[in-house]
Amino acid sequence: MENRTDKNSYTLLFAVGMVIVVGGILAFLASSLSPAIAQNEKIEKQQNILYALGINNNEGSSAVFIDASEAPEEFKKNVTEQLVLTFKDGSIVKTQTRQEYMDEANQEPYLIDVKKQQNLQKTEGTRLLPLFVGKNPEGKTLYVAPIRGKGLWDAIWGYVAVDEDMVVQGAYFDHKGETPGLGANIKQTYFMDDFTGEHLLNDSGVFKGITVAKGNADPKNNDKNDYEVDAIAGATITGDGVTAMIKKDLGLYVPYFKTLKK
Amino acid sequence: MGLLSKKDSKLISDPLLDNNPITIQVLGICSALAITAELQASIVMSISVLFVLGVGNVVISLMRNIIPSKIRIIVQLVVVAALVIIVDQVLKAYAYELSKTLSVFVGLIITNCIIMGRFEAFALGNGPWRSFLDGIGNAAGYGFILILVGFFRELLGSGTLLGYAVLGDPIEKTGLYAIGYENNGFMLLSPMALIVVGLIIWVQRSRNKALIED
Repeated sequence: MENRTDKNSYTLLFAVGMVIVVGGILAFLASSLSPAIAQNEKIEKQQNILYALGINNNEGSSAVFIDASEAPEEFKKNVTEQLVLTFKDGSIVKTQTRQEYMDEANQEPYLIDVKKQQNLQKTEGTRLLPLFVGKNPEGKTLYVAPIRGKGLWDAIWGYVAVDEDMVVQGAYFDHKGETPGLGANIKQTYFMDDFTGEHLLNDSGVFKGITVAKGNADPKNNDKNDYEVDAIAGATITGDGVTAMIKKDLGLYVPYFKTLKK
Repeated sequence: MGLLSKKDSKLISDPLLDNNPITIQVLGICSALAITAELQASIVMSISVLFVLGVGNVVISLMRNIIPSKIRIIVQLVVVAALVIIVDQVLKAYAYELSKTLSVFVGLIITNCIIMGRFEAFALGNGPWRSFLDGIGNAAGYGFILILVGFFRELLGSGTLLGYAVLGDPIEKTGLYAIGYENNGFMLLSPMALIVVGLIIWVQRSRNKALIED
């Protein structure tokens, strides 16, 4: 039986019409919602940085940010300076304050796209390293650095707060599409809290990083000097991604912390 | 059920047991393996599929007389992808926290074979109301198995349920762990999901011999 809908001309017209209608709806939606989405993402970055500083609404074992409505104000209050370090060929060649960077780039340093900067490092050997200086609730000055890497399925990223000896004081990790229940658990408090107190530098000041270790003989994580935290069962590749992004991205900041000690 | 005729209520009850999409039709296995390491993820995925399959089935059913048969699979794919993306974008703008929880599932929903399977097998040949019931029924059947598998994997694999330590603390050795019980880490890996689904299939078929095929 030959149907009207079996004709080639009808099929073609339908396909074209469908693409236009669906494409139009999606394009309209994307462009009308993008300011709201961009605003949400901005606030999320502020919440992430504040979380690493120890400013959050954690309840028991679940990680809870401070309210989105309070985030901009708290961010202003607690993040006292946003430094922008220019990294070139293995060393830091320039340090800008927030104001200097804003005058030049007309953008808040915390909005610097880490992924873009990582690509720049690959292609041109230079990149900007944002570093947020703030105070934790106990009044201690901490430095928060953004890091980014690859998990099993997609991007993973995080913010690590260290003191001037590069001892981790807080960490926040997030991911785009890690497996729920396994790799996705890097954003659970039990994993993130393990990093607190871990040293990134050894006694002679050599950068060791922190390894997410499977064979960790210290599951309670009492030993803070072993440069290791306990891995999540079933999330080996995500854990390796966390190890790699800490080594790669945080390692670049070491020269800056050396200047702090002088 | 007074609201539904006998035929209509079968659309809901059948996929729950005797024509379950996972255990009988063996559809949607990929997501059943991928996200059942935790009970919460299973529940979120079940609700998402319930929504997408219910609405998608109605949309496809309304369009069933104008969809050219040669490209019907592509049309179905476009419909489900558009639906999921619209929901994702709206959530990102107005319920950001919720969208973060769901973002991982977006890809899994679009590629879920149950959705395409029900579009193809049911919505293309039935009216919107019956298609809606069929969608709800199949999603519920899918969700039932997902939650069952998630329950056992989280309980035996991590010793928790919905994140609460129900068996005690494995590191501090309290509760059940005090008498030598250990979590089975293998339960968290995908192969065990397959085995759990297999066990469910076995139990189901041994209770109802009519389901056994030659």
